[in-house]
Amino acid sequence: MDSFLMLFSEYDVLHAFLVNIELTLWSALFSMLLGTVLVMMRISPISSLRAVAGGYVEFFKNMPLTIIMVFMVLGAFAQLKLSFSDVFATNFFWLAVCGLSLYTAAFVCESLRSGINTVPLGQAEAARALGLNFMQSATQIILPQAFRGSVAPLGNTLIALLKNSTVAAAASVSTETSSLMSEMIEYHPDVIVSIFLIFAFGYVILIIPIGMLTTYLSNKLAVRR
Amino acid sequence: MTSKHNAASASSSVLFDQPGPKGRRRIMVLNWVAAAVFAVVVVLVLLRLHNPPDGENQLDWALWKPALEAEAWTDFYLPGLWMTVKASVLAVIGSVAFGLVFGIGRLLPNVALRVISGAVVEFCRAVPVLLLMIFFWRWFAFAGIQEASYWAVVLALVLYNGSVVAELVRSGVGNLPCGQREASLALGLTQTQSLMQVEVPQAIVAMLPAAVTQLVVVLKDTALGSIIMYTDLLQESRRLGSMYFNILQTLVVAGVVYFIVCWLLSRLAEWLPSRMQRMTAAPAELEPLAPIAAGDPSNVNQIAVAKEVEERPLRGTPRQYHVHHRGTNASIRNWRQSRYEQGYDETHPESQIDPRTGKRYRDELPEGGESAARPESE
Repeated sequence: MDSFLMLFSEYDVLHAFLVNIELTLWSALFSMLLGTVLVMMRISPISSLRAVAGGYVEFFKNMPLTIIMVFMVLGAFAQLKLSFSDVFATNFFWLAVCGLSLYTAAFVCESLRSGINTVPLGQAEAARALGLNFMQSATQIILPQAFRGSVAPLGNTLIALLKNSTVAAAASVSTETSSLMSEMIEYHPDVIVSIFLIFAFGYVILIIPIGMLTTYLSNKLAVRR
Repeated sequence: MTSKHNAASASSSVLFDQPGPKGRRRIMVLNWVAAAVFAVVVVLVLLRLHNPPDGENQLDWALWKPALEAEAWTDFYLPGLWMTVKASVLAVIGSVAFGLVFGIGRLLPNVALRVISGAVVEFCRAVPVLLLMIFFWRWFAFAGIQEASYWAVVLALVLYNGSVVAELVRSGVGNLPCGQREASLALGLTQTQSLMQVEVPQAIVAMLPAAVTQLVVVLKDTALGSIIMYTDLLQESRRLGSMYFNILQTLVVAGVVYFIVCWLLSRLAEWLPSRMQRMTAAPAELEPLAPIAAGDPSNVNQIAVAKEVEERPLRGTPRQYHVHHRGTNASIRNWRQSRYEQGYDETHPESQIDPRTGKRYRDELPEGGESAARPESE
């Protein structure tokens, strides 16, 4: 018990989790936007848009996140001089958000597509019969129902994103949980198990409410047919 | 499965009508406009590579040559790839063993075993793999184990992916038609015997395609090992890049190698279900989308239903799972029973008839809905 108190007083564990939550929320926002654009491209009548969106999803589904994060720092920043801020910490944070968003957008697109597949044929037919064009029926009829039908896979994607935010360590974000855990273990190797349990249960505590909320929302929002 | 029967008659799309001559012309114009926009983006990226602000030309052959020549492959990429494959193969074997033990543990009649297995699986699923890796790496290093980073990578991947496999076993058993269990109980087998001899073997066959897809996840996650100094493909490409100051180029080569290996495995996983379906009564699942955390909903079944209509996009799906089943955990208890009671079980036609009126419960279903999609059940 003493070791836990010592660890909490010596290190700002909560701040590290806050950094991960911040990374997750920003990436969730950007990947949601990009994923929605991608899914609309994938269902559009224009074949070149379909091909590009399909290629994007296939590319990021088969690419390790770590290599993307390393690329953001060592490739995009160090060699291509892509920079968000002169402050190193801020710059690496946004590079990590960039990498996470690009990666997660592919999975958001897949989740939304599975939601679109649960929208009955009649809905689209009715929209067409009313004279709506592609953009109108997509944005007013299909996508709203698809979002409600894909709450469950989107929740799973959010949970995966929260866990993936630890990979920001590969993008030199040194204040987040996995970097802090590594640092703590280095200085206190005698209480290694307590340190691990603090972080592990931190994630369990964060993830269980997201899972329960997703279950609740997916049952509440599901379109009853 | 049965969607092949409908695919031929279904129109290719429903969001937009089959375009007429005017529409086709407009689509063609937009197609060219979109292609031109993407071409401009590609050119801009190449220009940025060619002339980054106060940096050197990244398209210079002097930077690409050390990343592509034969020594780079024999000394860096191929040894790295071997380390990656070595760790992935061992991790997959270990996680299947872990998953079988704890997946079956969660289904056993013994409450204590069920609770323990459940807690282990939920814990391993919720903790990020990288934290597990760092913990095991430091621990093994302090304990003086040789190749600490290798065993840390393997063990962390076994725990995480094993818990996913455990959920696959559980959902595989949950998706079996109830007749399998009823028949084995009627033959006098105990619950455990029925589980071990009839249900789990079929669930394993059904989950094989998903296990191959999980192999892609394992292969991708071994790249995390580079953070704990495991000399996998990513780490080797970083080492090569720091020798010639061309990390961008070596990372691109490593990325292409990762992509090709993962893509080939994904294609294998897509091809497998058609072969596996012959050997099991459960639907052979492609996506290893077992619930990621405690209490979160599984989209295994939603994805499975969506996959049915792969050949008829946006067509909507006939419901094949019980309403309660979709959007909840992979196999809630009593799912099979409530599906039977509420008349959703196509393998038992008598369950779909209301005993009071003698009519089907679900005559409100649209023409050509579920019954058309599953002709063999009629």
